[in-house]
Amino acid sequence: MVDSLKPRRVGIEGVFYSLTHVPDLVRYGSKPWRELRRQPALEAQLAMHLRSFAAATAYAPHQVYIGNIAPEKLSEIDKPWYEKLIESATADGRFGDLVEQDQFYLQLGSADRFDLLTFEESWFRTRAANYSPGRMPRLSSSADLEARCAKGALGLYSGERLVGALEHGHDEDPNLAAEVLLENLAAKIGAAHSLRAILDRLQLDPGGIDYVISCSEEAVGDRYNRGGGNLAKAIAEEVGCENASGSDTKAFCAGPMYAMVHGASLIQAGVAQKVAVVAGGSLAKLGMKFESHLKKHMPILEDVLGSFAAVLAPAKPGQPCIRLDSAAFHPVRAGASPQALAESLAEKPLAKLGMKLTDVDRYAVELHNAEITAPSGSGDVPRTNYLTLAALAVMRGQIQRNQMEDFVRARGMLGYAPTQGHIPSAIVYLGHALDGLRSGKIRQALLIAKGSLFLGRMTQLSDGCSFLVDRNES
Amino acid sequence: MQKGKKIIAIGERDGVPGPVIAECLESAGYDVVFQVTECFV
Repeated sequence: MVDSLKPRRVGIEGVFYSLTHVPDLVRYGSKPWRELRRQPALEAQLAMHLRSFAAATAYAPHQVYIGNIAPEKLSEIDKPWYEKLIESATADGRFGDLVEQDQFYLQLGSADRFDLLTFEESWFRTRAANYSPGRMPRLSSSADLEARCAKGALGLYSGERLVGALEHGHDEDPNLAAEVLLENLAAKIGAAHSLRAILDRLQLDPGGIDYVISCSEEAVGDRYNRGGGNLAKAIAEEVGCENASGSDTKAFCAGPMYAMVHGASLIQAGVAQKVAVVAGGSLAKLGMKFESHLKKHMPILEDVLGSFAAVLAPAKPGQPCIRLDSAAFHPVRAGASPQALAESLAEKPLAKLGMKLTDVDRYAVELHNAEITAPSGSGDVPRTNYLTLAALAVMRGQIQRNQMEDFVRARGMLGYAPTQGHIPSAIVYLGHALDGLRSGKIRQALLIAKGSLFLGRMTQLSDGCSFLVDRNES
Repeated sequence: MQKGKKIIAIGERDGVPGPVIAECLESAGYDVVFQVTECFV
């Protein structure tokens, strides 16, 4: 291979994560949307179990998400975490933040380029100071909003108060229905917020970004191109990345990891100099397990939209990097068993670098918060994934069977990500990985993401993507 | 006893996938009428 074409390190300039707390949009999550139509009485129960912004901010897993608590400290915090709130918690994190619902609605106003949204005038006027300069949204009376909703517009609520109405983008096309557009706009807003924040923290001019890759979950499209895409460019426009275009990379929950590999590859190839990889939140996943949370008398914990933005550039000395020479994908022939995935996504990429499973300081796997998933019987997803890696290490004679728990404890972590699909899938750890690499606490981390391709009913296959991050000491 | 007994196999992405369950059950004589893998997160 020509030396200049050998995959190598690409620099990670920084990453930012955000959680938007939207309790009054939980009703529009895919599962609540269907169940509330079947059982309207559930709506009152759901409303009683929604959290305040303060409670969502002081929730320990969210503080880990935004960088204020290290993942390894989470095991020292008593459970249930939704009761043992962090007293000193703030919404501003070391590499992330939490955003309130009102702010989200205002962002919705500025992100709506087709005048589909109407705000209740007095609600908007009292919050106008927080509205981004630019085109004013349409304002109207609450009676007018009621009338719009009666004709099919989607109501935006603040508690019981109707504060906005989102119209359909087309009278007949279900792909441009208001509920679909709200999902798409939510992804756009979250990704734009995280991208704006990381550019601000890195003191980078938005004009310096020349390519944006969106790995948000929403496909975005129509006039019969149902998954048309390039939400990336809409996000770039929203943030003022005037010199950028972009594209979307989609691979179910593994999308962000593929997007990072694609972005880094563009840089190594010299096609782009600064690439932003971004993802907004999944509105469809809000309240996905709300019924089990209600049964267990818990708050509805799936009340946040997750997002992130990372900036990639040519590697600098000493900088945390993605190692393109470690990038691994789950091939068609590999099979769908957890062992086959672990072999493809952990063992093989490490072997390319002459490393064993026990040479890696930290693994990031599917880092779903078990407090959200366990009540519905979905168990502790990260632990299952870590035990699979440990079992593979036993099979290869790298550890003894009685050392599996030590392997998990030393190289793993508790899950802390909301069930936002693409966000928990390894990429959520990148912020802590950068911290650990810079401080020398870890020498490297292997990020392993899975994607459930079979959910689309096009194949029975699973999927996955992984890569190692380390410091550029070369 | 299991020969021909009809089975629906529901696998899980982070556990045992549907096709694997189906293959095991079919080799034991069961009639797997439907199998699927789900992702619960």
